[in-house]
Amino acid sequence: MDSLLKVENLQMHYFTSKGAVRAIDDINFELMPGETIGLVGESGCGKTSLGTSILRMPTPPGRYVGGRILVDGVDVIPLPEREVRKNVRWQKISMVFQGAMNCLTPVYTIGRQMMETLNEHSDLSRSDAESLITEYLGYVGLPPEIVQRYPHELSGGMKQRAVIATALFLKPEIVILDEPTTALDVIVQAQIINLLKKLKKQFSLSFMFITHDLALEAEISDRICVMYAGKIVELGTNAQIYGTQGPAHPYTERLLAATPRLFKKVEQLQFIPGTPPDLIDPPKGCRFSPRCDKAFDKCFQEEPPLIEIEPGHMSACWLHRRG
Amino acid sequence: MTDTILSIKNLKKYFEPHQNFAQSITGGGQKKPIKAVDDISFDIRRGEIFGLIGESGSGKTTTGKLVMKLIEPTSGQMFFDGEDVTHLGKEKLKEYRRKVQMIFQDPYASMNPRFKIRDVLEEPLIIHKVKGSIEERTKMIVQALEEVKLIPPDEFMGRWPHMLSGGQRQRVATARTLILNPMMLVADEPVSMIDLSTRAEILHMMKEVQKELGLSYLYITHDLSTARYFTDRIAVMYLGRIVEIGRADDIIDNPLHPYTQALIEAVPEPASGKLDIVKELPIYGEIPSPANIPQGCRFHTRCPYATEACKREPEPELSLDSAEHYHACRRAYEVQAEKKRAG
Repeated sequence: MDSLLKVENLQMHYFTSKGAVRAIDDINFELMPGETIGLVGESGCGKTSLGTSILRMPTPPGRYVGGRILVDGVDVIPLPEREVRKNVRWQKISMVFQGAMNCLTPVYTIGRQMMETLNEHSDLSRSDAESLITEYLGYVGLPPEIVQRYPHELSGGMKQRAVIATALFLKPEIVILDEPTTALDVIVQAQIINLLKKLKKQFSLSFMFITHDLALEAEISDRICVMYAGKIVELGTNAQIYGTQGPAHPYTERLLAATPRLFKKVEQLQFIPGTPPDLIDPPKGCRFSPRCDKAFDKCFQEEPPLIEIEPGHMSACWLHRRG
Repeated sequence: MTDTILSIKNLKKYFEPHQNFAQSITGGGQKKPIKAVDDISFDIRRGEIFGLIGESGSGKTTTGKLVMKLIEPTSGQMFFDGEDVTHLGKEKLKEYRRKVQMIFQDPYASMNPRFKIRDVLEEPLIIHKVKGSIEERTKMIVQALEEVKLIPPDEFMGRWPHMLSGGQRQRVATARTLILNPMMLVADEPVSMIDLSTRAEILHMMKEVQKELGLSYLYITHDLSTARYFTDRIAVMYLGRIVEIGRADDIIDNPLHPYTQALIEAVPEPASGKLDIVKELPIYGEIPSPANIPQGCRFHTRCPYATEACKREPEPELSLDSAEHYHACRRAYEVQAEKKRAG
């Protein structure tokens, strides 16, 4: 099966006055049709940067430094902006931005804001656009009257549903979801996850699901991609990461141990001391080594490559080669 | 000296909606008050961590504000350390605020960006006119920083807030409360904006401080999994009412109210094999507006187990199940039996 999206050796750096921040540093992965890939990691490890890079809109001062992003076999990085707008962004890949539901403008109705997307990206007549909006509101479980409401009249869950509908208008193949449930309550979060599962089947979508919550990732992602300091440190299937043998990389292990579990009473929750490194001048060797309790000499000297440790399971740690 | 540090009795807070000019003259368009907190009672014991759980709109933050005395209650009473603190004069209020301190949710917005950490920590001493020379004050600041494990304190004192991570800021926020030797802390979602990897670290630090200084906490959150780890007792709030209250373990292992059950089922667990399951939650829709609280049991509109009686009969009061475990559901045991039969 051909992949829908293939990211090869992608590098995207933010060029600040203090130097280049290596936010995306040599990332490789593929997204298959109908698959959900989860991106996890602490804040500042490059999850959102990777999302916006794939949409071909790195936030300034970010620029591509190397690599390719193949969407249906075509590298989108060298394409002119007009071409991207016409054929890629929202047509093939759309995104639900982090906090998008709180970025709806308070002065326009929901309907007008949804219409804006259609005006920008399609040539539909007004009445066609209106019926399309009603149709998609139905898919996300909202009544059609909502188009006349203003954002402050809706609950967080309803706003998020409207934002998700807007991302689906032009029948994209891939939807990037950046922390779509972070600001929502647990019950609403579970409802949104159910909705996403339903929509994925209905429209045969592929998702990139970005969150810092490993517990949530277990509910929705077929494969999990763990990022640390601009790099992928582990990539495995849902069963490989959450199964009985546990994850392979010490970072994933620590992250999972730090996730509070409702039905496991523990005396003390685990945490990862320290903070992710400065990406202007990342540590020599493995980037996690300063915070890793399993690090040995080699970890501080040489960077471990991402290797396949079992079929479909990649990890970047010197421990795998030590034994 | 009593066992209870804070006692809340039948506390209510109704917000009156705004009327426009025409309405105020004609008396027309009478809007209903927003019943944010609608008759709640609970006690917090000395040295206890008490958790208040609920969705947004459940009234948990309003309860926190009432306890902090940032807003005045509509009716009901509050006792702190055996004293009636429902209504306080200016002097008494200042004294109360010194004993009851607050940690806010957003560590990025709760500090003046133009204050160095030293100034952030000195401000409460100035406001509360804590006498002392510069040396004495510095000593207090150093001590507070050491308590929250910001070491070395001398180095942190000279930093600006923007130089600190979210976790470090929340430590400073904790130090700022400790500097006044409070008896109780109100923490409204203190870790919800902090990265998962450091969340546990902050909660652990707060727990250490609590044990060491014998403080009491009111911990307000929507996150049941941290509440289980962090709190001794939990009260679950729904639309301004407490629907279940008890020891944290009892509430989570043996929830009796259908709302608590739904909250627990909605929490994701990091385990494999859940991809193809669309988990049907035992709850309908979203929380209604507190201006329009349903008649009868206020949860009946969302409850899959509701009967005619739940709609018509007056609202159930909290009733005792086992030691310290109270619930407000008239069908609690029937539902439990039904669930058992269904397997």
